[in-house]
Amino acid sequence: MQKIKLGRLYLVLIFVLMYAPIIYLIIFAFNQGDQMAHFTGFSLRHFREMFADHHLIRILINTFIVAFLSSILATLIGTFGALGIYQIKRPGIKNMILSLNNILMVSPDVIIGASFLILFTLGGISLGFGSVLLAHIAFSIPIVVLLVLPKLNEMDTALIRAAQDLGANSQQVLNRVVLPYIWPGVIAGFFMAITYSLDDFAVTFFVTGNGFTTLSVEIYARARHGIDLSINALSAVMFLFSLILVVIYYVITNPKYNKSGLKLRRRSAMKQRGGIQ
Amino acid sequence: MNNNRQTISYMVPYALWIGLFVLLPLILMVTQSVQNIHHQWTFVNYTNFFSSGTYLKMTFNSIFYALLVTFLTLLISYPMAYILSKLKHSQFWLLLVILPTWVNLLLKAYAFIGLLAREGTVNQFLGFMGIAPQQLLFTDASFILVATYIEIPFMILPIYNSLAEINPSLTNAAHDLGANAWQTLRQVIIPLTLNGIKTGIQAVFIPTLSLFMLTRLIGGNRVITLGTAIEEHFMVTQNWGMGSTIGIILVLAMALTMYLTRDRKKKRRLR
Repeated sequence: MQKIKLGRLYLVLIFVLMYAPIIYLIIFAFNQGDQMAHFTGFSLRHFREMFADHHLIRILINTFIVAFLSSILATLIGTFGALGIYQIKRPGIKNMILSLNNILMVSPDVIIGASFLILFTLGGISLGFGSVLLAHIAFSIPIVVLLVLPKLNEMDTALIRAAQDLGANSQQVLNRVVLPYIWPGVIAGFFMAITYSLDDFAVTFFVTGNGFTTLSVEIYARARHGIDLSINALSAVMFLFSLILVVIYYVITNPKYNKSGLKLRRRSAMKQRGGIQ
Repeated sequence: MNNNRQTISYMVPYALWIGLFVLLPLILMVTQSVQNIHHQWTFVNYTNFFSSGTYLKMTFNSIFYALLVTFLTLLISYPMAYILSKLKHSQFWLLLVILPTWVNLLLKAYAFIGLLAREGTVNQFLGFMGIAPQQLLFTDASFILVATYIEIPFMILPIYNSLAEINPSLTNAAHDLGANAWQTLRQVIIPLTLNGIKTGIQAVFIPTLSLFMLTRLIGGNRVITLGTAIEEHFMVTQNWGMGSTIGIILVLAMALTMYLTRDRKKKRRLR
């Protein structure tokens, strides 16, 4: 009994520590004053200021445009990539492609950012919206592949053969049998790609030029100058948005998927699976 | 579906992606690392790196701090994962562990600026306790604290997964054979969760080596990680050759970490 109590206490303590900074941040978004130390009274001032800040709103819109566009394109390329990998018969080639697929998952963000910076500069792609979009598509593709491929692997091939026996051509097999079956994986991949894109700082930081910024980069720039409570207001809005995304993600994907989703949460956490087959 | 031409057409954008965004950037990074500022081919970056005390010390420090953070994370996370695995609605609690990882990393770091600043909340509390205001922000300790805070969920998850996979009859058997709780933990549970621990180490150690924004925002440039050095060379001094060289060193450190913490049992089973 004593032991269980001690365990509960530890659990509560760690959860409090984990959530304290986030709650602290959000509480001070409602502060009347300008500091994150003294709570002088409730006010929505910083929210008003945030929404009146055209520069910030534009960055917010930029961030979402990049997230949606990059996720859609990455989902398309990644899904067809997974379909291609699925059909490769020789295990050697398959494993090689899977390892290449995982390189961007396991590489530290700094390496991805720096190497993309070299790539874009030498390739003559000017830094800005285009380079950020390309970078986000690039690092989202393997996530989509890793969420779609297990769905393909668990699909019963008898389904495909039956469709072919009934006279379906390959286009029909794809549209009527395969795609509906892997759809939950595709959607999960899309959502995961959005959150990766919204979350990313390090890669974006390397490939943004002077004119274009996303939210993370802007927060970094402002945080270097010290406390600015409009960041708190922003973080409250972002937290709410993340919460909504989490709920949608968990509603759409079935429990079995959650587990792989959790594992995917961090690129580097992927190493654990040592090549996903 | 078995149409070969169709397979190829599926693969074209994906194959292009592998070529352009996976292989080419790595090749470019390697070629940059063997060029000096004037784009002449030379190994000067590598010789500089290995002959300079500053770079070696920086690398050593970076590894030391990352090891410390990994160790602290493990120390906090293992009991946490263990308790979580014993709970009834553990999936719900696990979701609570994951939720903070959906909050932008920058925002979490920013929260700590408010907490640890000279006029910040922690200092107010310390003042209340009668301990004069301390310099908390921009110290090594603050870097370690915030890095540990950020990495905890990534350590809890893999350990929890490996704990959840343990067959309860194994621990029951240990009890029946007369092992006390401590012996069961040491001789049954920890060995069985070794792979989870290794995965957690991978998921924490390598990102900590490359956390450059934390060193700037929280560490006040006192702690220089390999990631910070790369960022510095690419964005500030524009010495891409040296930056790439450090990048290659980081990749090698990553490969070594993954080799040391690889899943040995799985390999044996495959053979």
